[in-house]
Amino acid sequence: MDVLVCVKRVPAVGSEILLTPDATAIDTRHLGFTIGPHEECAVEEAVRIAERTGGSAGVLTVGPPEADEQLRYAMSMGADHAVRVDAPVADPDPETTAAAITAALRELSYDLVLFGEASADAGHAQVGFRVACALRRPVVGGVKGIGLDGDRVSLRCEAPDGVEVHEAPLPAVAAVLEGLNLPRYPTIKGRLRAKKATVRVIDPGLATGGLRTLRLRHRPEARAETVVLGRGAAAAPAVVDVLADLGMVR
Amino acid sequence: MSSLPDRAQVVVIGAGIVGNAVVHHLARLGWRDILLVDKGPLPDPGGSTGHASNFAFPVDHSREITLLTGDSMRQYAELGTLTTCGGIEVARTPERVQELHRRMSSARAWGIDAELISPAEVAEKVPFLDPSVVLAGFWTPSVAVVDPLRAGELMRERAVAAGALTVSAMTEVLAIETGRGRVRRVRTDRGDVDSEHVVVACGVWSPRIAALAGATIPLTPAVHQMIDVGPIEELAATGREIAFPIVRDMDPLMYERQSGADLEIGSYAHRPILCDPDDIPSLAAAALSPTQLPFTPDDFDPQMEAALELFGGILDRPDAGIRHAINGLLSLTPDGHPLLGETPEVRGLWSAAAVWIKEGPGVGRLIAEWMTDGAPEIDPAAADIARLAPHERTRAHVRARATEGFNKTYGITHPREQWSSDRGVRRSPFFPREEALGAEFFEVAGWERPQWYRSNEHLVAEHGVADRPHEWDARWWSPITNAEHLAMRRGVAMIDLSAFSQFDVRGPGALGFLQHLTVAQMDRPVGRVVYTPVLGPDGGFRSDLTVVRLGDAHFRVVTGGSDGARDLAWFTRHLPPDGSVALTDVTSAVCTLGLWGPRARDVLAAVTDDDVSDDAFPFATARWLTIGSVPVLALRLSYVGELGWELHAATESGLRLWDALAAAGEPHGLVPAGIGVYGTTARMEKGYRLMGHELDAEHGPVEAGLALPGLKAQDFVGKAAYTKAREGEPEATLCTLRLDDARDASGLPRYPQGGEPVLTPDGGRITDSRGRPSYVTSAGAAPSLGTHLLMAYLPPRHAGEGTGLLVEYLGERYPVTVARAGRTPLFDPDDTRMRG
Amino acid sequence: MVLTVIERNGDGTPTAESAEVLAAARDLAEQLGEPVAAVAVGDAGDLPDDLAKRGVAQLHLLQHELLAEGSPSCAGEALAQLVAAQRPAAVLAPGTDRSTEAMAWAAAELGVPLATACTEIRPGEPWEVTRERSGGILLEDAALDAPIRLATLRPGAPAPSETAAAHEVTVHVVVPDLDTSVPRARLVDRQPRAAGMTLTTAPVVVAGGRGVGSAEGYAVLEELAGLVGGAVGCSRVATNNGWRPHADQVGLTGTRISPELYVACGISGATQHWVGCMNARSILAVNTDPEAPMVTRATWAVIGDVHEVLPAVITEIRRRSGR
Repeated sequence: MDVLVCVKRVPAVGSEILLTPDATAIDTRHLGFTIGPHEECAVEEAVRIAERTGGSAGVLTVGPPEADEQLRYAMSMGADHAVRVDAPVADPDPETTAAAITAALRELSYDLVLFGEASADAGHAQVGFRVACALRRPVVGGVKGIGLDGDRVSLRCEAPDGVEVHEAPLPAVAAVLEGLNLPRYPTIKGRLRAKKATVRVIDPGLATGGLRTLRLRHRPEARAETVVLGRGAAAAPAVVDVLADLGMVR
Repeated sequence: MSSLPDRAQVVVIGAGIVGNAVVHHLARLGWRDILLVDKGPLPDPGGSTGHASNFAFPVDHSREITLLTGDSMRQYAELGTLTTCGGIEVARTPERVQELHRRMSSARAWGIDAELISPAEVAEKVPFLDPSVVLAGFWTPSVAVVDPLRAGELMRERAVAAGALTVSAMTEVLAIETGRGRVRRVRTDRGDVDSEHVVVACGVWSPRIAALAGATIPLTPAVHQMIDVGPIEELAATGREIAFPIVRDMDPLMYERQSGADLEIGSYAHRPILCDPDDIPSLAAAALSPTQLPFTPDDFDPQMEAALELFGGILDRPDAGIRHAINGLLSLTPDGHPLLGETPEVRGLWSAAAVWIKEGPGVGRLIAEWMTDGAPEIDPAAADIARLAPHERTRAHVRARATEGFNKTYGITHPREQWSSDRGVRRSPFFPREEALGAEFFEVAGWERPQWYRSNEHLVAEHGVADRPHEWDARWWSPITNAEHLAMRRGVAMIDLSAFSQFDVRGPGALGFLQHLTVAQMDRPVGRVVYTPVLGPDGGFRSDLTVVRLGDAHFRVVTGGSDGARDLAWFTRHLPPDGSVALTDVTSAVCTLGLWGPRARDVLAAVTDDDVSDDAFPFATARWLTIGSVPVLALRLSYVGELGWELHAATESGLRLWDALAAAGEPHGLVPAGIGVYGTTARMEKGYRLMGHELDAEHGPVEAGLALPGLKAQDFVGKAAYTKAREGEPEATLCTLRLDDARDASGLPRYPQGGEPVLTPDGGRITDSRGRPSYVTSAGAAPSLGTHLLMAYLPPRHAGEGTGLLVEYLGERYPVTVARAGRTPLFDPDDTRMRG
Repeated sequence: MVLTVIERNGDGTPTAESAEVLAAARDLAEQLGEPVAAVAVGDAGDLPDDLAKRGVAQLHLLQHELLAEGSPSCAGEALAQLVAAQRPAAVLAPGTDRSTEAMAWAAAELGVPLATACTEIRPGEPWEVTRERSGGILLEDAALDAPIRLATLRPGAPAPSETAAAHEVTVHVVVPDLDTSVPRARLVDRQPRAAGMTLTTAPVVVAGGRGVGSAEGYAVLEELAGLVGGAVGCSRVATNNGWRPHADQVGLTGTRISPELYVACGISGATQHWVGCMNARSILAVNTDPEAPMVTRATWAVIGDVHEVLPAVITEIRRRSGR
């Protein structure tokens, strides 16, 4: 079975996020880049499915040449080939991203296309569904379990009121959540293989969509001074006083 | 939130291993009201201490670094933060095997237990290593892993328990106020603290903090890549942080060490990746920590390949993942040495920067002793921040040399190896002539100095000089040097000495000022040239230099190019506050040509109308001469043992001087000669000592054979120790050894280079009663004596002339004979040539 | 028209999130001088009466057997047809996973942009939205340039309110023309969550991170949670180390919660985690590092090791309650 994972190059931020002077983007001068945890799980799942079924695990991103780093990271985890779709802008809007992936998938053939539920930075949470719609494929979001049964896939999700299991004919699309599996670390052999692998580049020549970032800002944080209740076990009575004030203990 | 005291005896900035060690030792030495601040939280404020690989290999070719490492390891052990695991440097190439032999010599010189082992023995100690790619291993059983964060905590606790220390984390230094050239106050975001002493122990941030006070700490942060691969069953099964020896895979410039269940792989092979101190992210903005930058995998790929070759058995497993990967920051300096001591710019502002984990506690002790007594036990000269010339403090130079030096971290560096980057910063006026003559330039303090001249190549055959057949012996060396030497001894040579540092000392207090700093009597008639040691408070050498009295209240001080910056800082620090002495650095204003050899007077007489006869211009005097239209200050002295002069002229007239001498010298066979003659062959034949080689803070004038006949009445720095040394028997004597016809196992003649251990005839180490080892301080050809000479300090029982000893050089031992104990030259012992 | 997507509780009433969206829609409609319409799946029930009090003038009820499963693609397709027919100025939906998915499909069908996780919508030329990024640490002002503006709202954005004057609500039943040739995912099994405290519903969440040290170390957190009527959560470190299941993970890629009290035990407070708990009413941090971000952001803090502090707190609670 052939699985494709769509990943996004995102900055690996610290506890404070700096913005560029024009505030249209995160200042990444000191930052590395990564793929989000949801996507790491998607890569892991794709590699496992490929191993189990003797199929292939591809990885695709929409972005600049620098995003090859993330493709190679996924390949060092075990993905066996990579596709990068050129984007007209650095951080494309979800319509553009979906159009890019759709264009690529019209050229490439996969049984299952996996997305992370949402990217770790922009968090638009819609590209997978847009692609599924454009390709008229079944899609399930919030997936935390994937089972294969011939030409069908069963997808387990955690809905607000319980666990749901969906079934879909292949080819299908799923947006997955962290917790789907415990992703492996890249291996040295994997990294060396990934370094030598070629990245297929597709340039569909796209226009941008109708959602355009004007500026980023920090959420105003109402920061009160922390009240230190004490040190070590000696703080226990003060802690219980607080719990009592909140009505949580008598 | 803690509030800061209003004043402190000393403020130490930076709570990494160095800052913690400094406060601990200051407290131990009696300092009180010590304040330690750090911008980050404790125990790990986010600097390089928090992510270092934390291992210590005790053997270094440098004696100072070896001493600092040894002291640090003792301190770590005493704090219970040292785990001995052993370490192996493995060689994959024959050239590296030779380097391991050199390591072995250093280990023996410094008295550290080590042995060369076979690939099979390497694999015995590290069973998961593939011995088939290894040619040999250098096994050091005392290699250890240390815990610098815990050690730092314990050191802070001790200082706090002594009532000496206040610690304030999360405290950012905003300004350092100075007044009358000294630190006065540290301003922080938690309040201001008055203090006369500030120690900058801020690692990669040190340049920023020093700049707040107007001082320079010339280092650059640079990336050192590290990854952790695991889990690995064999490592996890040990249940320990480290149970196997650390492996330094020297040829690919990398190391591997166990870290729990993981193998940690670090690299000094990747392209130099420099960072600006201003570009280091804050603690909050950094993804991991400010000094753990994002890993750049492309730079590390060759290391992974190399690691697979050596450790394929455990690394090539599907479950052994790259669990952690960083571009860790460390500090690089222009010459690879630490930056320690009081900054030359600001009094009371101390630098304790560019220090590796393995040297941290030792540096803490060194700085504390230096601040307390004025002189630390371990000679700090090579690490003294004042050693750097002004251009060596510039960002461009620091970055150029750091870029070049990074890959030398595990490299094989020849003792004479020259830098290739940022050359040509300081050129004497003779440079165009020298270049035209095919000079091979060596650098000192930025100065380009001819080491030898290719134009003299024909002299090699004329004088029958033999080449050195072994590549290592011949590297950065030419037989032309020996030929120039012989040409000088036979006729006359001129030598560019413009790299000398020269200071003018003037004013009513000039004589008293110089008396206070020197051992020799300075109150001599105008026109006298005096050679004098300059001592530290403990009586060890700080410098040796020449002083010329040019007037009643006017002296010219001439010192070596490599010592100039330190000497200028030392002199400046001792200027009387009343303004009675003016100290002027005239180095750039003056160029110097040495003219020496039996025919020197003939040449000089041909270009000047002044009387240069021995009666009119005796030895050890100085006079103004006129050469053509150039006024020249001539000093009749010699470091090469020949009749002649140092000729000092205005820099802008230098070419005139050169051309006049060159033209007049032609009929007399004048040749230009390089520093190879001046600094090595001729001076060693004459038994002259060289600062930084024979002369260091560990030895005083008595042991060096440079004690003066009389003791001057005036007080001077180091006088008490000097007086005491004169009264007793020296514990070691500087000797000149003869190496006669040393041939290695393959029959090739060999030439030790310096740094080698001197051993008893049965191969035992030699140390004196103070534990100081005997090793070769200088080595060089003696063409006029037809031999190769070595210098070494020897304890009395071995210092008898004619005593036979051994020198270990690159794995083999060669017989040597003590040819001279003390200062009497082997060549022309009565100095008749230069006094003629 | 401002069209509002209504999610319904089991009893057919609008969910709390839908009520919030209705309030926002009414504000927006007032600015535009347009009416508020709503769209929901299923039968009318009491919904028209309820919506009348919330200022809704028109209710579109989508009815189709494929919609019963809650399939986002069917809902999205149906919604797209309705929007294409009604041409509202804007379509607002709750920022739940299900509505976001349906809106994404609808936006794709319609060929228009969709702004998710919005906290504010400002009509203009073009319209602007403010939306959450990076889990809510950052806000993004974005232009939403489209003839029909689709947006989902973050929960908790505007305060839901009922209008004084009830409108007359006209109800339109719409049977969408869902393409049966399109392969779709079908719901084949649903297991209701076992009754009990969940991370999202618990008034107190006692969560542990690196400082807990091991899977066994969570016993003391379980015990405290039991005493105060709370649930146990964890940070990503704990999940990655296999100490706790991912379902317990609080954070950007786990669950985002807003309890009355969040007890963060041995959690440093990296951004990934912070965005999951920053909406807690109050935070009590237990940490050895007084400068850890979680400590400096907490309401209360105890400096110390989890395994010293928590047992003492448990003992104190038991002592006071005589248990």
